[in-house]
Amino acid sequence: MTEAELRSRALEKLLQVAPDIDPDALDPQVPIRDQYDFDSMDFLNFAIALAKEFQLNIPESDYPHLQSLQDTVDYLVRHTGEQDVSS
Amino acid sequence: MSEFRLPSLGADMEDATLREWFVKPGDKFKKGDIVVAVETNKGIIDVEIYDAGTIEKILVEPDTRVPVGAVLANYVSDSTRMRISPAARRRARELGIDPVNIRGTGADGAITVEDVLAAAGPAAPSAEATQAYKPESSQETRREPGREAKPSSATELEPAAGMRQAIAAAMTRANKEIPHYYLSTSIDMTAVLHWLEQHNARRPLPERLVYAVLLLKAVALALRKVPEMNGFFTNGETQVHAAAHIAVAISLRGGGLVVPALRDVQMSSLDKLMTDFSDLVNRARGGHLRASELQDATITVTSLGEQGVETVFPIIYPPQLAIVGFGSIVERVRAVDGEPRVRSTINASLAADHRASDGHRGGLFLAEIDRLLQEPEKL
Repeated sequence: MTEAELRSRALEKLLQVAPDIDPDALDPQVPIRDQYDFDSMDFLNFAIALAKEFQLNIPESDYPHLQSLQDTVDYLVRHTGEQDVSS
Repeated sequence: MSEFRLPSLGADMEDATLREWFVKPGDKFKKGDIVVAVETNKGIIDVEIYDAGTIEKILVEPDTRVPVGAVLANYVSDSTRMRISPAARRRARELGIDPVNIRGTGADGAITVEDVLAAAGPAAPSAEATQAYKPESSQETRREPGREAKPSSATELEPAAGMRQAIAAAMTRANKEIPHYYLSTSIDMTAVLHWLEQHNARRPLPERLVYAVLLLKAVALALRKVPEMNGFFTNGETQVHAAAHIAVAISLRGGGLVVPALRDVQMSSLDKLMTDFSDLVNRARGGHLRASELQDATITVTSLGEQGVETVFPIIYPPQLAIVGFGSIVERVRAVDGEPRVRSTINASLAADHRASDGHRGGLFLAEIDRLLQEPEKL
């Protein structure tokens, strides 16, 4: 899976959890909770959706690595074992 | 023939727009079945019926706005014999009221003398709500998806504005009628966070707990020691309840909040509470809360820690007796065994009704919550 595919699938999960997020306006570098109403329950649902989608066991200690969309994509690149072929 | 009426879904609701019937004439239903969905300023609510019987006639069509207490349908109840005490029957006859129109609040829904008086008196809550409602020529408030509803009168507000108005009405009533007193204490959360970390490390993601669940359980258990925080103040009397149905304030996307209840929290395991809490938050935001969840809360818990707020000064949601507020978990220097230590702490605050309790009891209540949170493994 390429980074672009991981990004698109992560964004899809994010929008399922928080449908009010505007994907075009979302700054991928800034923590999601600093941009939208995104509380701990939303975050938990997002993490559960990611774990299911990518067959991951995300330990609680990794939660700080899932705060922004870019952090999340980087995390997925590291943990899905499928590196971007171009990198 | 019995009447199925639109129930009140909280002190801040005056009317609702009927959206969908799940039954039609001739359909049988049992106690607790969801029969109709209505839209309020809190979103779509599924309304249960608390009787068993057969639908006779639907009286209100979808997309009609109706006040609290309006008859939505007629049905034939399975209980052939009406449960009413002889004294209540006599009183109803004296007052010229047909007992069929009275909602019973006694054992098994039996009609008591108080129910008859409530149905007759101008002070009855449902009558009050009906009077407060100003009928208009057209109650149609259909909102087509994707199109802005055009307000045709002051009462036809956008959902968010309608909710703001309703919250304001309930809180104005609270500030006017309830003699609040306020207490606050700082609770050491280090033990809770440590326990939670170990507990969650062994669990797959969907089975992990959030600390809010431990706060809710601690509040429920503390109510056993100080029960006069749990219940209602209605008709000049305090009614203390044994079961802790805790309403949790859930903020909605796009503004506003809704306070549905988690039932029997004192009896729920932490796992069950987590499942129920998660389900409640999702339905509060996605629609389909149940009417019962908005009706029977005996106390409210509000947690505003997510925004970094340290202390909440809450207002009681009438007719409840108390509300507990939690701020965010903050690292503070505390004296532990005479030494300064950095500990994770949370500020817990209480607003309670002086007609039902005093500051001494309120203080005991907060102290008990604190004590329970120092032994998270026992929650």
